[in-house]
Amino acid sequence: MSVDPATVKKIARLARIRVDEAELPALAAEVNGILHFVEQLQSVDVEGVAPLTSVVHRSLPLRDDVVTDGGNAEALLANAPDRIECFFTVPKVVE
Amino acid sequence: MAGDLTKLGIVEAKAGLAAKDFSAVELTRAFLDAMDGSRALNAYITETPELALEQAARSDARIAAGTAGPLEGLPIGVKDLFCTKGVLTTAASHILDGFTPPYESTVTSNLWRDGAVLLGKLNMDEFAMGGSNENSYYGPVVNPWRRNGDTAALVPGGSSGGSAAAVAADLCIAATGTDTGGSIRQPAAFTGTVGIKPTYGRCSRFGIVAFASSLEQAGPMTKSVTDAAILLGSMAGHDPHDSTCVPTPVPDYAAALTGDLKGKRIGIPKEYRVDGMPAEIESWWAKGAEWLRDAGAEVVEISLPHTRHALPAYYIVAPAEASSNLARYDGVRFGLRVPGKDLNEMYENTRGEGFGPEVRRRIMIGTYVLSAGYYDAYYSRAQKLRRLIANDFETAFETVDAVLAPTAPSAAFASGEKADPVSMYLLDVFTVTANLAGLPAMSVPAGLSDQGLPMGLQVIGKPFDEAGVLNVGFALERAAAFKAKPAAWWRA
Repeated sequence: MSVDPATVKKIARLARIRVDEAELPALAAEVNGILHFVEQLQSVDVEGVAPLTSVVHRSLPLRDDVVTDGGNAEALLANAPDRIECFFTVPKVVE
Repeated sequence: MAGDLTKLGIVEAKAGLAAKDFSAVELTRAFLDAMDGSRALNAYITETPELALEQAARSDARIAAGTAGPLEGLPIGVKDLFCTKGVLTTAASHILDGFTPPYESTVTSNLWRDGAVLLGKLNMDEFAMGGSNENSYYGPVVNPWRRNGDTAALVPGGSSGGSAAAVAADLCIAATGTDTGGSIRQPAAFTGTVGIKPTYGRCSRFGIVAFASSLEQAGPMTKSVTDAAILLGSMAGHDPHDSTCVPTPVPDYAAALTGDLKGKRIGIPKEYRVDGMPAEIESWWAKGAEWLRDAGAEVVEISLPHTRHALPAYYIVAPAEASSNLARYDGVRFGLRVPGKDLNEMYENTRGEGFGPEVRRRIMIGTYVLSAGYYDAYYSRAQKLRRLIANDFETAFETVDAVLAPTAPSAAFASGEKADPVSMYLLDVFTVTANLAGLPAMSVPAGLSDQGLPMGLQVIGKPFDEAGVLNVGFALERAAAFKAKPAAWWRA
């Protein structure tokens, strides 16, 4: 499996990372180097093996369904690059 | 006296403070002075001298009142991946510019609960991605160690390279690190220090900037195995804020250190004897096996047949989790924002400028392997391999108590030597298996290479048998009697 610069551009778009056109061929080469490296997994027989999603051998704990935290609006907003009163702001999304 | 105090480890400093040989303020000042004269190593991103002296004064008051905690007055460095309330936390990334957490990570809360003093936040590879500390937005950390007769700058390893360099250069009494694929153990090996990654679930991950959530654990980086046992005892423990953190009680790790391995069986995995392995790595490994035999253990060869698939599986699982975790950096709630004409352009500009090259590569790989049409071929397959690797260890632990292996396939190398990403990934060959299987693993210095650089040995143990791993490490430490320190060429 290998990717071309157009595919890299698409991946970058999906990941919401701006990449200059001029950088695409070099980035494609790097990504292909890594994909080529992980490609060796295709040769292993994994028939009937269940994927391992967690190494914690117990089910997730449940807690009482009660409010334990909150009322921290000022602390939560303190790091915002931009805010208006008690709101985070983003560029205009509706005309 | 000041110069001498920084040479102390946790055990000696605790004794000195208890005997009133020096105060916590004096001890803290000694480290602050050393940090002042050691900026050439670039070990700290943020130093917190005022806070440290305030905390130390409070420690002195508690020592005088007879209410000292287990880490009372001990000056610690914290990897800049742990959120510290009111203290800049960057993950060594441009994208977290100016981020001052409104809360404290559980692990660091535990340290302050036990009386520790914060000296500052330690440099690292951006978002803990890297094995050389060359991926920091704040510039690379320099290894205090140099090759014999050579002044070339060497890397301290990574990603906890600032932590490792600071401990090795006596810029803190001990440090915290995190380990996702070897990020505590490999830098420990490169700097002649001790580091342990506990079992997944032993330490809370709450408040640690997330990279690959199913793999990473916090752990101590110290000057001795006993120090690691003491510090781990404070860091570990249940936390309702992390659902993967287990409620198992934390034993007294230091009390379990006897160095006696009678009746223990140690496995030497034959698959770790990789092609092109330097002869001196092989010979330190053999030496380690001999030391464990001398301590009473039976050393046997074992097989971990899926070892060679661990690295490729890791470099699918870790980037996949990274691409998901790092989606939160969008320029809206914290950190860097680079404007754009609309919302998407603002996201793209922020993330394009905010992430360094390695982080960008991993997000791209993760995005690709999780995308429609490739999920089964890459991600799902890697998780199946992860099962086979975990099964290998489970089978091995039916007949052995712990595994002995090298920590890294080389000693520290020169800055810029490994420009190709994959050649950097290969450094993790002996360490990623413990992360994939969630097992406790530690690195202990064995001796010096022919070029005069530290070499580490790795002990991997059964789930939640940190005490057993530390005891094997203690036996290695006693036999190795590693006392070498780097010449302080960096002191201003």
